[in-house]
Amino acid sequence: MEAGMVTPAPALVRFSGIQKTYDGEHLVVKNLDLDIRKGEFITLLGPSGSGKTTTLMMLAGFEVPTHGEIYLADRPIKTMPPHKRDIGMVFQNYALFPHLTIAENIAFPLSVRKTSKADVQERVAAALRMIKMENLAHRRPGQLSGGQQQRVALARALVFNPQLVLMDEPLGALDKRLREQMQLEIKQLHETMGITIVYVTHDQSEALTMSDRIAVFNDGIVQQIDKPDALYEHPVNSFVAHFIGENNVLAGTVETVDKDYCRVALTGGGAVTARAVNVSGAGASTALSVRPERIAIVTDDSSSDGPNRLPARVQNTIYLGDHALAVLDVAGNGEFMVKLQPGAHGSLRHGKSVFITFRPEDCLALDPV
Amino acid sequence: MTTAYLTGANTQTEVPLKRRLRRAERTRQVKALALVAPLLVFLLFTFAGPIAGMLWRAVDDREVRQVLPQTIAALADWDGKDLPDEKAYSALASDVLAARAAGTIAIAAKRLNYALNGFRTILTSTARNLKAAPEPGTAKETLSKINPAWRERATWTTIKDASGPITGFYLLAALDLVQNVDGAIVAAPPDQAIYRSLFVRTFVISLSVTVLCLILGFPVAYLLATLPQGKSNLLMIFVLLPFWTSLLVRTCAWIVLLQSKGVVNDSLHWLGIIDEPLRLIYNRFGVCVAMTHVLLPFMILPLYSSMKAISPAYLRAAASLGAPPVTAFLRIYLPQTLPGIGAGSLLVFILALGYYITPALVGGAADQMISYFIALYTTDTANWGLASALGAVLLLATILLALVYGKLVQGQQVTGGMKN
Repeated sequence: MEAGMVTPAPALVRFSGIQKTYDGEHLVVKNLDLDIRKGEFITLLGPSGSGKTTTLMMLAGFEVPTHGEIYLADRPIKTMPPHKRDIGMVFQNYALFPHLTIAENIAFPLSVRKTSKADVQERVAAALRMIKMENLAHRRPGQLSGGQQQRVALARALVFNPQLVLMDEPLGALDKRLREQMQLEIKQLHETMGITIVYVTHDQSEALTMSDRIAVFNDGIVQQIDKPDALYEHPVNSFVAHFIGENNVLAGTVETVDKDYCRVALTGGGAVTARAVNVSGAGASTALSVRPERIAIVTDDSSSDGPNRLPARVQNTIYLGDHALAVLDVAGNGEFMVKLQPGAHGSLRHGKSVFITFRPEDCLALDPV
Repeated sequence: MTTAYLTGANTQTEVPLKRRLRRAERTRQVKALALVAPLLVFLLFTFAGPIAGMLWRAVDDREVRQVLPQTIAALADWDGKDLPDEKAYSALASDVLAARAAGTIAIAAKRLNYALNGFRTILTSTARNLKAAPEPGTAKETLSKINPAWRERATWTTIKDASGPITGFYLLAALDLVQNVDGAIVAAPPDQAIYRSLFVRTFVISLSVTVLCLILGFPVAYLLATLPQGKSNLLMIFVLLPFWTSLLVRTCAWIVLLQSKGVVNDSLHWLGIIDEPLRLIYNRFGVCVAMTHVLLPFMILPLYSSMKAISPAYLRAAASLGAPPVTAFLRIYLPQTLPGIGAGSLLVFILALGYYITPALVGGAADQMISYFIALYTTDTANWGLASALGAVLLLATILLALVYGKLVQGQQVTGGMKN
């Protein structure tokens, strides 16, 4: 069987050649091969309609793949009904049962498993302690705040020790401060309990904060699966570069390719040296990607700072407290962002001519957008 | 001292604020009242008025008082233990003569005949045979000679009981109770005791229809609530279709279907399933079938609205937590439809309680419900008192049910609702 294809950590879930269509015309998931390792926190990240939620629903058993097979602990589960999969799930709107108390909600997965009464009581009490809500055990979900409901939903999905926990944008309905707090709480739970979590979100900062690995979805295809820092530093294509973090794009044409680097003539004038990540060869059009914090602004034109030096004109500056942003016009791109130290923006008046410089290894030549 | 002064100042500034608030709210209240005023007036004249009139008629008892005023006055201090004295007899003689002249004997005779069978004959024969006012002191003898019933205590207690102006006679009768000669409330004689069994029958039929509606309506409502919009809209039209046809037409359609030479029997006969036509109509079966059909939408709609409010995420959550479909349905879905079940059942049950046309058309003699008798007493025998009393008892039972339901729903809201 496929167990022969050994991976470094044992794969708990394996998507193999999964396709899914709802209408028989368009594939929502085009061809998914994905391994989820035991104990990891993996995030399926992508814009809406990218197929990430469908993937999660197929794993939970609420959608059936049109083609391919899903393995859970090496057992094919395509035709297994959801209640037999032993997968805990946290829903977007919590889906707490409104007619049951908090304690009854948390006890539900245990009681349907015919757990003994004493055991149920003990584990519910432990779960309530875990979410610090012992005193609210006899309230109804409608009497709790959003954050409290979210904690109960978490406890309910974890209390029966499932081999896998799925979370479908669980923090989407919370305000920013609470969301950030819950992110840390979930991450802490993951670390202390050693559970495997598959998390779906469209919020890249959420994904970067919590995940061991992130699978970036777009258009029904996994664009890249990697650790958060690797996704940020080494995006494989323009979509990933653009979706993860802030990014400046310059269009151009490849002139020469020399091993890992290439020389690119910009459409808006000038030429730079970039890392050749996703270019087919000389003559191909490309989109260059440069992060705002990897760019320096030079006001005098005396020094020569390597191969990447482009003239720019200041459009605007934005003060953001811990840092500032300069919006420049560079080679035809009027929204070119450069991150500045706070206080450095004072000298950059609108219309001022400056130069920007960046290292070739910080400039990625990717597929044209 | 300073504190007291400050408090005083505070209330001084507070009062006008409260007054202004009240004034602002009063304008809004007046506006709201003005909007509902036409309906209120309409309801007052068409609903509240007739109901009050009906309740009044159930206890109103002035017929005998009008026809035999002197007799009633003479019986006022009679203790009912013995025959009344000569004064009552002479008062009766004079009342009867006056009533004969006015032609009002029949009014009193009818009312007294409700209470004591044969009283009509007693009174009319007395009126016919009493030539003139008897000599003083001979009234008792004269009247007893005309009709020996005047020598019986029951005759006189009947008149005294009917002296009004209000009476519990009709209400007691509606519950199969009577007041005996000694004024005690006892069960009516078996040949007159029909109303309790009638109420029981009415409740049994209504309950059967409610249960049938629930059994048939629940899956339909579930389908409606879970199908995609387009399909559920089409289905909803089919559910509402019966509302576009008159009740009479729908009931008659069942006669066509169910009669012994009807569509159902002919089909079964043609298929060789039966040799003799089944008796499907003019019995309890026909009544339940026709009433269930008519009342089904009233069950489906509340069920549908309560089911529509249940997010499919609950069942998904239940499944992901390990509940097989049946468990998820019983423990998660069903409890959340209880308000809908309660509302639909109450609606159907109360509507069924008052059903008249359908049982009258497709039921047999043993399937007539309380409203049939109310109609009978108002239109045929003109016994308004009894008709009103039956109506009042039915109304009371319905109100009690509604209160119980309200209590149940409220209890659920207190425990399950949004309360912070």
